[in-house]
Amino acid sequence: MDTNLALLLLFAPFAGFLLNVFFGKKLGKGASGTLGTLAVATSFVVTLTFFLQVINTGKPVMVDLFEWLTLANFNVNFGFQLDQLSLLWLMFVTGIGTLIHVYSISYMHDDENMHKFFAYLNLFIFFMITLVIGSNLLIMFIGWEGVGLCSYLLIGFWYKNQDYNDAAKKAFIMNRIGDLGFLIGIFIIGYLFHSLDYTTIATALSSGAEVDATWLSIAALCLFIGACGKSAQLPLYTWLPDAMAGPTPVSALIHAATMVTAGIFMVTRMNFLFNLTPDVQTVIAVVGAITSLIAAAIGLVQNDIKKVLAYSTVSQLGLMFLALGLGAYEIAVFHVITHAFFKACLFLGSGSVIHALHGEQDMRNMGGLKGVMKITYITFLISTLAISGLPPFSGFFSKDEILMTAFHQNKVLWVIGSLASIMTAFYMFRLLYLTFYKDFRGTEEQKHHLHESPGLITFPLIVLAILALVGGVISLPGNSWLNHYLAPVLAKPAHHHELDGTAYMLMGIAVVGALIGIGVAYSKYIKQSAVPAQDSEITGFAKVLYNKFYVDEIYTAIIVNPIYAIGSFFRDVTEAAFSGFIFGLGKVANMLGSEGKTLQTGSIGFYLFAFVLGICSIVVYIFLAK
Amino acid sequence: MENILQQIGIENYIYLSTLLFCVGIFGVLYRRNAIVMFMSIEIMLNAVNLLLVAFSTYHQDATGQVFVFFSMAVAAAEVAVGLAILVAVYRNLNNIDIDNLKNLKG
Repeated sequence: MDTNLALLLLFAPFAGFLLNVFFGKKLGKGASGTLGTLAVATSFVVTLTFFLQVINTGKPVMVDLFEWLTLANFNVNFGFQLDQLSLLWLMFVTGIGTLIHVYSISYMHDDENMHKFFAYLNLFIFFMITLVIGSNLLIMFIGWEGVGLCSYLLIGFWYKNQDYNDAAKKAFIMNRIGDLGFLIGIFIIGYLFHSLDYTTIATALSSGAEVDATWLSIAALCLFIGACGKSAQLPLYTWLPDAMAGPTPVSALIHAATMVTAGIFMVTRMNFLFNLTPDVQTVIAVVGAITSLIAAAIGLVQNDIKKVLAYSTVSQLGLMFLALGLGAYEIAVFHVITHAFFKACLFLGSGSVIHALHGEQDMRNMGGLKGVMKITYITFLISTLAISGLPPFSGFFSKDEILMTAFHQNKVLWVIGSLASIMTAFYMFRLLYLTFYKDFRGTEEQKHHLHESPGLITFPLIVLAILALVGGVISLPGNSWLNHYLAPVLAKPAHHHELDGTAYMLMGIAVVGALIGIGVAYSKYIKQSAVPAQDSEITGFAKVLYNKFYVDEIYTAIIVNPIYAIGSFFRDVTEAAFSGFIFGLGKVANMLGSEGKTLQTGSIGFYLFAFVLGICSIVVYIFLAK
Repeated sequence: MENILQQIGIENYIYLSTLLFCVGIFGVLYRRNAIVMFMSIEIMLNAVNLLLVAFSTYHQDATGQVFVFFSMAVAAAEVAVGLAILVAVYRNLNNIDIDNLKNLKG
């Protein structure tokens, strides 16, 4: 029964993918969208039953399907592990996935390739489920690669625009760099433990098996490199902002709520391993903190509504990695969930705005949408308050937990994280004010067409906004349901913060910080009615920020160009030398041939004479040699 | 068998076959008629056959004689093919002078 249900959970989206690929065009847009949505909704319902079952029994559901690979002392089974962690992930992957499918039915309705869009989305959900429910690292890797592929397909969905294709390729290549790290990590783990099963490795480590600490650290570091690629951390984050080329529902589903959290899932899944490698944990925490600060700083001055949200995503992911590095896995997971709610809502909200403005993404040409798009505005406001970390919205609880953990372990990281949070509050309210307040700055024609989005778009917004509002209840400070729920999958007991004076002081600081950020944004964009300058007028440090610290340019200079240089070296020098040599041989043979053909006179008498002469020479030679 | 070799020494067989072989070679080199050249080639072949048989007797080893049978069978086949070619040449050119066969010039 469990096996069949698990297979249904996995293959419902895959069936949706196949049907949409082969029959989507015939089915028509409405049916194609409905089919895709139902496929994911099926997975959600199955997930829900498993989720309730595991909550009741407290025991994970293990499904062992078949033996996959068997070598001398190494075997890999194909099986699923539906435990507390994977079910939690499935809940929001399929749940938010369903909502975003509903949203896409309306959002993508004018697109001629709508069935293809739903096929890709279904395929993505299929691979994401594979990634999450696998019982060993190899299955996770299949899903890991699969979601990368779908991300590529969906970023480049509007393939007629070359910039979008380039963005898709960039995402894929950056991900591949991380994936290589992940794969090497898997190999090392296979070498160390002769198994890739989570439970086997966990048992081996907890029973104190003798494992080379250096190799263990290298393995953990390699896994983290994989996580860096997928979850857009320094130095591999640059693909995520460019990935905004994809349709907005894709940004919401893949590049905010689900795929980019795969790195956090993996680290949490392997927490028993990372616990034993404190050096790597430090690296993770530092990388996370710096990423969150840098991305937030870049987000301060971006003018593309989706770019701001993208950098905000990178920044929030950085905070999650900060928590992971500090060993507070349950807090990172908590932030993943709240972030999934409010960031999906923000992206979908921005999609609603873009939809109303017929593709306009520049905030300098927006404004005053509050009156026209009431539902979008209210849901957007709730999510913005949540991401800014104001109580009682969900983001406050998760972000505060991260900062509190950082404060107790490392004050520097706490300062960095807090700065990032203040910046977050500023740029999110900058976004909100520029988009929804003051007067409309677009063209008259756009103004004429302004309208609230249809119900299929606003419904997911409302659901997500409610979740963003109340999502914090799953892990209230002092009484955390989530910590209790996740305890069986974490090797170390959850961090428990006493609700003492320090805790309240930290909460106060966080709230005051957020209010400062909001206040600055208010005075600048509401009181002074400032509108960001045109590209050419940006100067000073703001210009550095606006150009994203020139990271892309630096990568181009130190990596892309040298590779091109090596390429052209091989083309111009090495290839020229080799082909010169080969062509030279050909020329020699050709010359010999054209000279040699004159020997063939056609005179049989001459041939026979040469023949006899040859035999005589051989005979003479043999006699002389003796 | 030994009697024959006692009566006529092995060296005489060698002389004869050498002579025959040389006759064959000169026939091939000097004559221009394809049929005669063909016959000269057969003479060379038979010179070698003679030598094989002689040494086979001398060494008391039947292998040489067996080998000669093979060689004769092959020669017969070769003659059949060769004469067929000559007939075809004659039909086309009305003579079989090898100096006229220069179409295969490189």
